[in-house]
Amino acid sequence: MQRKQYKEIINKLYDRQKSDLMKKIMEGSHAIAEAVKLCEPQVIASYPITPQTHIMEKLSEMVANGELDAEFLNVESEHSAMSACIGAQATGVRTFTASASQGLALMHEMLFIASGMRLPIVMAVANRSLSAPLNIWCDWSDAMAERDSGWLQFYCESVQEAFDTVIMAYKIAENNNVLLPAMICIDGFFLSHVYEPVDISFKKFLQPYIKKINLDKPITQGAWSGPDYYQDFKKQQQDAMEQSKKVIAEVNEKFSKIYGRKYGNGLIEVTNPGKKYAIISMGSVCGTIKNFLEKNDDFTLIRIKSFRPFPFEELKILSDFESIGVLEKDISLGNSGALFTEIKSLTSVPTSNFVGGLGGRDITLNDIQKIVDTVKKKDESFHWV
Amino acid sequence: MHVCVIVLVKIMSEKCDECKLFMSGHTACAGCPEAIAINNIMKAAGKNTIVVNVTGCAEIISSQYPITSWGVNYIHVAFENAGAVASGVEAALKKLDIKANVIALAGDGGTFDIGLQSLSGMVDRGHNVLYICLDNECYSNTGVQRSSATPYAAWTTTTPTGKKSVGNATFKKPIVEMMVAQGIKYAATSSIAYPKDIQSKVKKALSIKGPKFLLIHCPCPIAWRFDVSKTIEMAKLAVETGMWVMYEVENGKMSINMQPTGKKVDEYLKPQGRFKHLSDKEITIIQKKVDEDWKYKESKL
Repeated sequence: MQRKQYKEIINKLYDRQKSDLMKKIMEGSHAIAEAVKLCEPQVIASYPITPQTHIMEKLSEMVANGELDAEFLNVESEHSAMSACIGAQATGVRTFTASASQGLALMHEMLFIASGMRLPIVMAVANRSLSAPLNIWCDWSDAMAERDSGWLQFYCESVQEAFDTVIMAYKIAENNNVLLPAMICIDGFFLSHVYEPVDISFKKFLQPYIKKINLDKPITQGAWSGPDYYQDFKKQQQDAMEQSKKVIAEVNEKFSKIYGRKYGNGLIEVTNPGKKYAIISMGSVCGTIKNFLEKNDDFTLIRIKSFRPFPFEELKILSDFESIGVLEKDISLGNSGALFTEIKSLTSVPTSNFVGGLGGRDITLNDIQKIVDTVKKKDESFHWV
Repeated sequence: MHVCVIVLVKIMSEKCDECKLFMSGHTACAGCPEAIAINNIMKAAGKNTIVVNVTGCAEIISSQYPITSWGVNYIHVAFENAGAVASGVEAALKKLDIKANVIALAGDGGTFDIGLQSLSGMVDRGHNVLYICLDNECYSNTGVQRSSATPYAAWTTTTPTGKKSVGNATFKKPIVEMMVAQGIKYAATSSIAYPKDIQSKVKKALSIKGPKFLLIHCPCPIAWRFDVSKTIEMAKLAVETGMWVMYEVENGKMSINMQPTGKKVDEYLKPQGRFKHLSDKEITIIQKKVDEDWKYKESKL
């Protein structure tokens, strides 16, 4: 081996070690709390629900020991948690809350108001099934039920990505061309309670939030409107969603320059491109699929990171495939998986739907094998995993 | 950009500074008691105030895009969360180091019924907010449905009278006592018939740190079925007959601000369409309840 090559390898190893030194073994929920701390929200509204509770517990500790200078409100319901965030954000501070499942469902009404009032509130959702039957484990039913609420929805694959996405979410939501609230979706337990090495070092990325209310120049917020204007408000929200795609891509790029970590183009992430078949999914199950790809690399994995806004442009690549499988942890009862219906509206390529993992059921490497085998048959039907 | 999200206040050419805080031109019905109440509240509170208003008559009449009657910062979010939104506003003000009064404004439906949990949470956490309930004893805005503030035997569209019904079957929820039971520092009642009483109670409440509760009696001519010229008269009769008690509870200590003049309840009930079906039997029941309530309140003095 030449001396120069040898030196390069040593340097690479050294760099890797250096970045590993920055990492801490940390629970997903705690990593999110660390990211929130770096973003310095001034009002945090908290109401417990499994599997989100560890995020709020950690944040309350940070406030209690003076690490984070915020008003921590122990409110009496998730509905009030979102209401308090709306009140605080409208007064002019950055806010944070977290929820899941029944709690998110209880917030439902407030989610539409937060986005309609154009308040860039950021919330972590530790995805969990919806009752009945009561079940505390992971699926995406809760967040999918809020897909039309006007919130940006980002789904994460790893603890590191959850940490990073919190920081990016504030940057995206607060952009003047966006001004929409953002939901960071992490798989309950699979990410919220799992320990992974994660780099939580601080780098300057966010600007201070300046929207202070002025007593001498009063404004009315939350005015009602008749048929003459209501639709125009909705159009503006839809336009903001559309504009957010560009902002998401820019923020993802900027983030990678500063932090050295990148998630596709911010909207989707393509692994092992150029194959005949594609599997589309979101969240932590993509980790399992990537594991599978290490031995069987005859398909492309497309991970949707941004479900809202939905990356229609990026998914034009779907026409390059011979067949597609959509794997998801939710079901729109009476139809099919929610992600599948979006994909199906985009392409005439044979597409099959795989719904699994509901209520926390494991999706194993064997399941992935079966899915890949079915996709290769150019199947177009619905399957339970 | 979202130009139409926030409505800039166009200050109308009003004569006095206080009049600019809740401006004329709103769309309240003739004889509306809430407009009278809000005017007096704002006169006492002044311009360094943020109003959190729930969905309901007061909101509908004053904030239709693109105009507003509010000359102070005003936030409307939803029906059942005045307490929670005001909590968020107050918390943010602390962080921003802005000194301002926070007033939560809700109707009886938004306070006694759907907003009770949110109000209780706000009081429990000790937020520095004055919560004012404009009590017209029903859901006027949606067309006169029964709330838990509706008095016994009153007709509403969901407590109609009939062979098997005398109207509302229950007595009014004792909201002030509930607030007192939660340990609130200041709780009081007032009435639109007595503007100076409203103003002095708002001023007093705002001088106290922590959560405060003020319940203002607002006879609604549309819902209660009386002539629009009689709003003040009806509010006065309520106090004079003892149907509405004007009192304050400061740090758990009660004081009654106004005594009834000895008029009987039927003088108050008879002019109102919502009570026109009452027989002597119901009137006796109501008189008895009023007398009992007075005895109870006097025993607390």
